[in-house]
Amino acid sequence: MSATDFRAQLQNERTYLMRYAALHLRDSTAAEDAVQETLLAALAGEAGFEGRSNLRTWLTGILKHKIIDAIRRASRDPVVGLEDDGGSEEIDRLFMENGHWVEHPAPWQDPDAALEQKRFFEALERCLAKLPKRTSRAFLLREHMGAETGEICKELGVTSTHCFVLLYRARMALQRCLDENWFGK
Amino acid sequence: MSLSCSEVARLVSEGLDRELPAEQQALLRAHYAICRGCASLRERLSFLRRAVQRIADRDKD
Repeated sequence: MSATDFRAQLQNERTYLMRYAALHLRDSTAAEDAVQETLLAALAGEAGFEGRSNLRTWLTGILKHKIIDAIRRASRDPVVGLEDDGGSEEIDRLFMENGHWVEHPAPWQDPDAALEQKRFFEALERCLAKLPKRTSRAFLLREHMGAETGEICKELGVTSTHCFVLLYRARMALQRCLDENWFGK
Repeated sequence: MSLSCSEVARLVSEGLDRELPAEQQALLRAHYAICRGCASLRERLSFLRRAVQRIADRDKD
């Protein structure tokens, strides 16, 4: 493959990489930086790619490391470290004092049909955007990137107990948000 | 010992992040059998995982 072809192929993946990075970092400058670093690393490491896998898969693998680096740097920021993650009141409202549901979750009708709809994913992104930053990062590292909880706690600089709590709050808030904004009542 | 719905909800989530001990899994199964709300929550959270895995994969739109 000529160098020009390779550059053109990298540019074709840029939109996808930006969407991926912006989803995790929720900051367009940080996302742009992570994508730029990924593309530079890809250009420098083209020999490592040759025929090994799908280009997008290979680039995403590099991007994941850049995203985790950016999250680690942000988590060391003392201001972010003190952020209140919130979300416990929202969960308290779902249950009565004796631990029963205030309102039982009902089954969603044919949820997999939603996966074919672009507007569903837009609704999901809006629900994600409502989560506190660290809660959303923990959730996406786990469910989108497939990271193990041990790694997530380490990168976010939180205890493992708090990590499970963040993931729990994220899931409860998201299922409720999708219920209200997509699946209806 | 049985679990309350709020305890079950927490364990449904935790079960997506680590393997729960067998006795907790048994308590959860017993609870789902009598509580449709918690069984629905489990379905919702596993759907959420499937959905999020595909969130960036839509082609240029």
